[in-house]
Amino acid sequence: MMNDTKAIEVFDLTVAYRDTPVLWDIDLEVPSGTLMAIIGPNGAGKTTLIKAILGLIRPAAGQVLIHGKPYLEQRRLVGYVPQRGSVDWDFPTDVKDVVMMGRYGSIGWLRRPDRAHETQAMQALEKVGMSEFADRQISQLSGGQQQRVFLARALAQDAQVYFMDEPFQGVDATTERAIVSLLQDLRQVGKTVVVVHHDLQTVPEYFDWVTLMNVRRIASGPVTQVFNEQNLRMTYGGRVAFLNQASVPAPHQYELEQDYRDKTTWQETRP
Amino acid sequence: MISISIFDIFLFDYTFRVVALGAAILGIVSGALGCFAVLRKQSLIGDAISHAALPGIVLAFIIFRSKAPLLLMMGAILAGWAGTIVVMAIVQNTRIKQDSALGFVLSVFFGFGLVLLTFVQRLPDARQAGLDRFLFGQAATMLEADVITMAALGGVALLLMGLFWKEFKLLSFDVEFGASLGLPMRALDVLLTSLLVVAIVIGLQSVGVVLMSAMVVAPAAAARQWTDRLGWMVLLSATFGALSGISGVLVSSLLPRLSTGPTIVLSISLIVVVSLLLAPQRGLFWGWVRHRQNRETLWFGDLRTRSGVNKK
Repeated sequence: MMNDTKAIEVFDLTVAYRDTPVLWDIDLEVPSGTLMAIIGPNGAGKTTLIKAILGLIRPAAGQVLIHGKPYLEQRRLVGYVPQRGSVDWDFPTDVKDVVMMGRYGSIGWLRRPDRAHETQAMQALEKVGMSEFADRQISQLSGGQQQRVFLARALAQDAQVYFMDEPFQGVDATTERAIVSLLQDLRQVGKTVVVVHHDLQTVPEYFDWVTLMNVRRIASGPVTQVFNEQNLRMTYGGRVAFLNQASVPAPHQYELEQDYRDKTTWQETRP
Repeated sequence: MISISIFDIFLFDYTFRVVALGAAILGIVSGALGCFAVLRKQSLIGDAISHAALPGIVLAFIIFRSKAPLLLMMGAILAGWAGTIVVMAIVQNTRIKQDSALGFVLSVFFGFGLVLLTFVQRLPDARQAGLDRFLFGQAATMLEADVITMAALGGVALLLMGLFWKEFKLLSFDVEFGASLGLPMRALDVLLTSLLVVAIVIGLQSVGVVLMSAMVVAPAAAARQWTDRLGWMVLLSATFGALSGISGVLVSSLLPRLSTGPTIVLSISLIVVVSLLLAPQRGLFWGWVRHRQNRETLWFGDLRTRSGVNKK
């Protein structure tokens, strides 16, 4: 079953807050075993798309299939990494306990996590290089470490399809590389990983598929085919400030003024 | 001599033991469940629930003409519940934010309760006497039947808290992740809030609707200072709640006609102040000491490097 070609299929997904559409008629097909980025300007609905797929936001219309069956039947196959800032890291618990939460869906009612779940949590921590932090209170972690704990929690879910909301937000270059190689390992063993991403410059390097969106889907497909200037212009509107394509690729070749500005203010308001 | 008389009260006075046991139970239940309210940043909901419970108590009396503890508590539970539902409905369907909705519901329900209370007190029915103890709490009026009812309700609430422990932890830490796992987070939210309503209602007779929210927030806030584990926090919070309940009852029994609500709340406040100042990791005092030590080592270290540089 895992070998069918399509891991994720989304049909006509539409989400509206009051009268304003946030997602309009999104169609997606993601083949199994891909590492896909979702990109688009702030307010494009990237997070909303993930949340609507996961049923965390009720869509006005649309259908989601995971490996050929409705999402609700396939929940066990889906892992989720929310934005790091979505929880209070001063919560009284330790790293291992948070990672164990990845197993809560399968532990069952009225039962406590046992030794086996603990082993799974430790293995997940091992994969993200956080074993020695297992007993650390979570408020003592750096941003990059928090992000890796969230990744470990998703790994503990042992899913087939992963949705990650900005896993590179606020992590340093070393951690970013470690996370990327982890994601590529996941793809290697046939898992499908969808990542909300902000840094256009690294898209071709990190991902093999990309979806460009701005409320509507602009383009979706292999990076080599759809990640081009025309689609980027359509996604980001007139605010694109490309550097001269003919010159040596600058470090921020695709960095966009608006996007960059928004990112900066975001970091200021949420240190 | 006073210490001996306190000791006497504890050991030999049956009424006092009943009352102290009741106060301890209320402290344990509200302390334990209050942790979740505080961690979910819903401290104010406790205030709204307790104020909203007042009309329920009086209405239960008006309808059944009885002051049976279970009956009054059921009335309080229903009204407290209604209050939270109104808050949720306002937040979901209007642009009014939760803090305003809470403030609004709290005062409207409480005002209605006061009107009902005044109405009842004018009835030519002697049985109504004493309903106003629910305003500021009068633990001394607790009978064995009250305490048994409290223990039963509180026991069920704590049992459910234990059974759904890991789900409630997830609900408090990361609701959306829980929902993505397929857990019924909305239902768990309703259950946990209902348990909080029960915890609050249990305490109303001793602490009163006006001050009861302190018993939800204060023990949990104090306990958080001492530990970084949810389990310990709940245990400590329950202990603090029980301690302040008993000592509050004790103090109020020494002075005639002193309501127990204020004395219990002052006791827990003392625990909170001590915790805020002296808890080993988070205490303000130790933070200040550490800051001073750091400044000294840094300053002397700085001197040493500077002198080293000068020698070269």
